[in-house]
Amino acid sequence: MTRLAVPKTYKLYIGGAFPRSESGRTYEIVAADGAFLANAAKASRKDARDAIVAARAAVAGWSGATAYNRGQVLYRIAELLEGRRAQFVAEIEEAEGVSRAVASAQVDESIDRWVWYAGWADKFAQVAGNANPVAGPYFNISVPEPTGVVAIIAPQDSSLLGLVSAIAPALVAGNSVVVVASERFPLSAISLAEVLATSDVPKGVVNVLTGSPAEIAPWLASHSDVNAIDLVGAGALDWISLEVDAADTLKRVLRPESGPDAAAPALGRITAFTETKTVWHTKSLL
Amino acid sequence: MSGTSIVSARERALAVLGGEPDDATLRRYLHGIPGIDAVGLEQRAAGLGTRSIKTTSKRWALDRIISLIDLTTLEGADTPGKVRSLVAKAMTPDPADPTSPRVAAVCVYGDMVPFAVDALGAAHGDPDDGLVSVAAVATAFPSGRASLAIKLADTADAVAAGADEIDMVIDRGAFLAGRYGEVFDQIVQVKEACRRPDGSAASLKVILETGELNTYDNVRRASWLSILAGGDFIKTSTGKVSPAATLPVTLLMLEVVRDWHLATGQRIGVKPAGGIRSSKDAIKYLVTVAETVGEEWLRPHLFRFGASSLLNDVLLQRQKLATGHYSGADYVTID
Repeated sequence: MTRLAVPKTYKLYIGGAFPRSESGRTYEIVAADGAFLANAAKASRKDARDAIVAARAAVAGWSGATAYNRGQVLYRIAELLEGRRAQFVAEIEEAEGVSRAVASAQVDESIDRWVWYAGWADKFAQVAGNANPVAGPYFNISVPEPTGVVAIIAPQDSSLLGLVSAIAPALVAGNSVVVVASERFPLSAISLAEVLATSDVPKGVVNVLTGSPAEIAPWLASHSDVNAIDLVGAGALDWISLEVDAADTLKRVLRPESGPDAAAPALGRITAFTETKTVWHTKSLL
Repeated sequence: MSGTSIVSARERALAVLGGEPDDATLRRYLHGIPGIDAVGLEQRAAGLGTRSIKTTSKRWALDRIISLIDLTTLEGADTPGKVRSLVAKAMTPDPADPTSPRVAAVCVYGDMVPFAVDALGAAHGDPDDGLVSVAAVATAFPSGRASLAIKLADTADAVAAGADEIDMVIDRGAFLAGRYGEVFDQIVQVKEACRRPDGSAASLKVILETGELNTYDNVRRASWLSILAGGDFIKTSTGKVSPAATLPVTLLMLEVVRDWHLATGQRIGVKPAGGIRSSKDAIKYLVTVAETVGEEWLRPHLFRFGASSLLNDVLLQRQKLATGHYSGADYVTID
């Protein structure tokens, strides 16, 4: 007796829940050879707005957690990814049409990168912060603080590695994230969302939208409640006008990158989404 | 402020009830009102909530919502400064956009009325004239657990301090125990305490606290009772009890108001309060009002929203319509 196929419904990930698109739209995801893989939700601007509301609500809790705690939570995501690597490998193989070895390499590198960034959580402030020299009996200290809600257009030519490379650094400092996944390879993004949902990441800290970046990105770039936008995967879009929109509300912007080194691991990707707070403090009670 | 005179209200109540408003007569009358079809009511409310209001209609609705808001602060921690900043927001909801209308009223505790009146200055007056009224909660708000003498003194104090509107709570304990005559009598006496020396009277909103009345039938009875006793407005909730205002309950109260208008020609106001936080929800209420009692009810003397955080959401939506992009909480004041 043959079993009935149980196809998976790929939905959005907003505020810790997996809703369908508010618009009811879906689009077909096909394998490299053109075979039908799945229907994914096609997010609308209202889904983007809802995701930003969820992300904003999550900022206080996530940025208020201790750096050590954030590092632990991020490291646990890597642990869970490791446990589900077979699923990710199979998804990447199908979607990108690559060999098992190539897909495995991508998953390995994603997990390693996640661990690398997790390690930075309680260390980057020591590197990016400073005790400033002053001519008086007081301390003057600069510390990096998260900027708030970061919108990300994920790299479009990679299933998992590009996504991880863009999300992880924004999370390290305590930002919450709204990410538009690769339009062609969104399935790994939703599987990653399932990992996030079952890890210790508070709801709303990561929100994943699938669909057309060209459609959603302008709404993210112009939204007043977004503090920074990472356009790493927006190279094919009219990203200059996105940058102009972002400037209207004083967002921090990271420009598109392409090629295999897009969003390469760097401390700069963490500090790009921080604000420097400088405080004065008396040296003693004299 | 339109206030029905006590005499005519009493005469009307006697005529409608067919006798003195004592427990027995009221019970006979209120329990003779047909029961509520709860499923039908909730379905009707849900249906009214599905209307899609877009572009110019939405623009109109948002401005109308602002002009119907009783901007409220009812915290134990209220200070004169908090009331002054509330008044500033009531007068200029969106400092970046002078076309934004003013809210209908500010709603504060009785002892904060002088500060509100003082802060409003020349802007204090009738919302129909583009001015802002002062509403005060009274009668041992929110529980209503105090002697009648204290409730009346509470009311008289607020009116003397300059309140244009009094939000009283009914004695839910007495109502649930079936002492309808007592509830009726308290509303009548509070209404009397709303009178000013010059013969005018503060408008009286009667808070039913529907979240404590348990059934739709009780809400309908309490609505009739409050209107019969002379309330100018019936208000759902104090905002201190959950559930506060819901769409079905508001629809039900609007239906009572419609029936009363058909029977007597008198227009009673409705004020849902508590729990209405988003523009989307507020628009559902506008639709419900327009479909139940008619668009003429969508003015400050006949419909209000008791709300605090709603105003910010409406302002964000207004900014979205004006600029074409979504706005954020950094662009409105913190309450």
